[in-house]
Amino acid sequence: MRISPLTTQGIAKVLLALACAAAVVALIFVVGFVLAGGLRHVTWAFLTQPILDMGRAGGILPAIVGTLMMVFVAIGIAAPLGVASAIYLAEYTVESRITQGIRFGINCLAGVPSIIFGLFGFILFVVILGFGWSILSGGFSLAAMILPTIIRTAEEALRSVPRQYRDVAASLGATRWQVVTKSVLPYALPGILTGIILGIGRSIEETAVVIFTAGSAVQMPHSVFDSARTMAVHFYILAREGVSNENAYATAAVLICTILVINVGAYSLMHRMMRGRRVA
Amino acid sequence: MDRWVSRLLFLAACSSTFVLAAIALFIFKEGVPIMVKSGLGHFLLGTAWAPLEGQFGILPFIIGSLCVTFGALVLGVPLAVACAFYLAEFAPRRWVNVLKPAIELLAGIPSVVYGFLGVMWLAPLIRTQLGGPGLSILAASCVLAVMILPTIVGVSIDAIQAVPRTYKEGALALGATQWQAAWRVLWPAARPGILAGVILGMGRAVGETMAVIMISGNATRIPHSALDSVRTLTANIAIEMGYAVGAHREALFATGVVLFFFIMILNVVALRFARRAF
Amino acid sequence: MRSRSALQFLNTASIVLLGFVALSGCGSRGRNTVTLAGSTAFQPFAEKLAERYLAAHPDASINVQGGGSAVGIQAAISGAAQIGMADLVQLPEEAKSLTATAVARDGIAIVVNPSNPVSGITSSQAHDIFAGRIRSWKDLGGLEAKIRIICREEGSGTRRSFDQLVLGGDRVSSDALFQNSNGTCREAVTSDPNSIGYVSIGLVNQKVKALLWNGIAATNANVGNGSYPLARPIYFLTRGEPAPHVRQFIDYVLSAEGQGILETEGLIPVK
Repeated sequence: MRISPLTTQGIAKVLLALACAAAVVALIFVVGFVLAGGLRHVTWAFLTQPILDMGRAGGILPAIVGTLMMVFVAIGIAAPLGVASAIYLAEYTVESRITQGIRFGINCLAGVPSIIFGLFGFILFVVILGFGWSILSGGFSLAAMILPTIIRTAEEALRSVPRQYRDVAASLGATRWQVVTKSVLPYALPGILTGIILGIGRSIEETAVVIFTAGSAVQMPHSVFDSARTMAVHFYILAREGVSNENAYATAAVLICTILVINVGAYSLMHRMMRGRRVA
Repeated sequence: MDRWVSRLLFLAACSSTFVLAAIALFIFKEGVPIMVKSGLGHFLLGTAWAPLEGQFGILPFIIGSLCVTFGALVLGVPLAVACAFYLAEFAPRRWVNVLKPAIELLAGIPSVVYGFLGVMWLAPLIRTQLGGPGLSILAASCVLAVMILPTIVGVSIDAIQAVPRTYKEGALALGATQWQAAWRVLWPAARPGILAGVILGMGRAVGETMAVIMISGNATRIPHSALDSVRTLTANIAIEMGYAVGAHREALFATGVVLFFFIMILNVVALRFARRAF
Repeated sequence: MRSRSALQFLNTASIVLLGFVALSGCGSRGRNTVTLAGSTAFQPFAEKLAERYLAAHPDASINVQGGGSAVGIQAAISGAAQIGMADLVQLPEEAKSLTATAVARDGIAIVVNPSNPVSGITSSQAHDIFAGRIRSWKDLGGLEAKIRIICREEGSGTRRSFDQLVLGGDRVSSDALFQNSNGTCREAVTSDPNSIGYVSIGLVNQKVKALLWNGIAATNANVGNGSYPLARPIYFLTRGEPAPHVRQFIDYVLSAEGQGILETEGLIPVK
C-alpha cells in the first residue's frame, strides 16, 4: 500500500509541529514555574531592601545594584572595544592572514567555556593584579566573555549595509572615518545594538565567572572595588543553601522578568529602527 | 587623522586575539608542566582523582563530560532540527514571529535556574521512576538539551533559509509536495550549516558549569549507566578551583587545557563545515 | 534623522557610563575593608556578625566570601583576604605561617532522611559506611536499600575534619556524591530517602534527622561537655600582625556580644 505524498506531508507536519510545541512547552514550564512560585513574593519592599539574615529576610537591592554596576563595567569595556574591532574588520581591511588570525581569535574566544574565564579572571584580576573580589574583576572578566558576541553581531550588521551608502559618501569626498560614522554606522545601529543587548543579557545570567571574580558579599557595593552579588549569584546561593525557597523563586522571577524585558525591548527597538528605514 | 583612527581600530581588533592569547598563555603555562610531569597518558587516562595523594587521573571527568554532552545531543538535536524545519518551512507566518523569539528566550534563562528546577523537579522524578540517585547523567542531559536547543534552532533556521530559493522552487515545480522538497532538497543542502549549529551546541554543552554541578551528583567514578552520577571537566574545575594549590592547582589548569583543546577542535570542525555550506 | 540622534544619545551615554565607573572607582579604595574568606560553614555566622558590627560601626566595611576552608587559608596567605576562616580539626602545613585565633566550635551531625528507620550509628559503622564497606541499610537494621553517600568537596573544612574524625586515614568511598556546601548536602539528604551525609549541627532542621553517635545525641550541649566527639574549632587566620580595623573586628567576635550572637545562632562559643 503506497502512502500518498500528501499523507506523508500531513504526518510530517504534525510531528514537526509537536517538536516545536515541546520546545515551547519547555519554555512555558520553566518560566511559568518560576513566575508562579516567585512573582507573588516580589514586592516593592523586596526590591528595595538590603539582604538580611543570609537572604532569609529582607530584599535584594544590593544584588540589583551589583548586577547593574557589573553590567556597566562589562559593557563599558566590551562595547567600544567590540564595535571598534568590528568597524576595523568590516571597513578598513581586506581579507588577509592578519584578519584571518583575528577572526580565528574571535571565534575561539567565543567558544571558551565560562569557567575558564572564571579561572582566568580569578588568577589575573583577583590575585595577581590585586583587585580582590570586586565588581571590577567581575566586569573585566565578563567583558572578555561577551567581546566576541558583540564583535560578531556588529560586524554582521556593518557588512549588511548596502554598498551604495559607502560609495555615495566616498564620492562626495568623505574620508574613510567620515564614511563610517556618518553613513554606515547609523544604518548598522540596530544590529550593533542587538549585539550589545545580547551581551548585556549574557552578563546578567552568568554565574560561574561572577562568583569566582566578584565574590558574594551581601552588602551594598559602594564602588567598583567592592565585592558584590549579582542577582544570578544571589539566586544560586539561596537555591543551593535551601535557605529560603520563596526568596529564591522571587529572585529568579525578577531575573526572568528582567531578561524578558531586555529581549522584548531589543526586538521592538530593532523593529522600530528597521521600520524607519523601510523608505531607504 | 584617518591613519590614527585606522591604527586605533586595528589595536581594538587585536584586543580579542590578545585576550585569547592571554588566557591560553595562563592556562598553558600553569597546566602543561603537570601534564608533562605525571605523563600525558597517566593524566588523560588515569582513573583515580585524589589530589591530596597526588593522583591526577581525569579519565572519569572526560567520560563524564562526553556522556552528558552525548546525551544532550541525542535528546536535543532531533527536537531542535525538527523545530527549525517547522519554523522555517511549515509554520504560519504569524506564528513564527511569536515562536522564534519565544525559543530564543530559552537561551536567556540563567543556567542556575535550569539547574535549580532540575534539582527540585527532574532529579526526584528520575529517582522515583527510574531509580538511581536522580542526580545523574540523564538529568544533566535533559537540562543541557533544553539549554542548547535555542542555539541549534537559530543556526539551523539560518542554514535552511540560506539555501538558494531556486533549489526549493525547482523541486516544487517538478511536482514535489512541500515536505518532499524539504526532506529531499532542503535537508541535504542545509545539512552542513545545521551540523555547524549542532557543533556549536555541543561546545555550549561541554562548557556548561553551574547547572551541571547542581544536577549531576559530582561523583568521581566512571559511570556505568545513564542513571549514575558523574562529574564533568568543568564541574571539577569549578568545585576545586578556589583552594587548590601547588600540583593540585596545576592539575586543574591542565584540565582547563584539555577543555580548551576540545573546544578549539570543535570550533575548527564547525568552521570547516560552515564554510563548505556556501 | 532618527538614527543620528540615537547615535548621539549612545555617544553621550557611553561617556556618562565610563565617567560613572571612573568616579565610583575614586570612591572607597581608601576605606578600610575587612575581607573574610573561607569556611562555608561559618559564612552565615560571619555575615550575621558583620551585620551587627556594621550597625554599631556604620563607616566600617566588612566583606564576607565563602569558598571553603582551603580558600580561606589561601586567601589569608595571598592577601586576598585579611581574615581566613577555617573550620578544621587540625590546620595543615601551609597554614603554619598564619596566626590562628579560635572563635567558635561547631559540631558535625551525621544526617539521614527523616523516613529512614535507622536512628543511631556506632563509630565503626560510620567508618565502614563512608569508606564504602557497608553498602546496604539492611546492615544497620534498616530497609534493603543501597546507601547513598553525600559528601563535601575536598577543600571543605567540614569534609577534612569529618575524614579525620570518622575515617581516620581511609579514603571516602568512590561511589560518593559530592555537593559543595552544607546547605546543598542537607537538601540532597532531604530529597533522597536512602542517603546519608553530614552537616553542621546548627544546620540540622526538620527536614533531616541527625543520628545518635554511639548513643549520644548530636547537640551543642553534648559537644560542649565533650560527650559528642565530632566537632571542630573555627579559626580566624591572619598573616602577621592584623591591621587595627581588622583587630577591632576580631575583638568584637571574641567579645561577650559576639560570642552571644554565635551561641544564639547555633554555634558553641569558645569563651
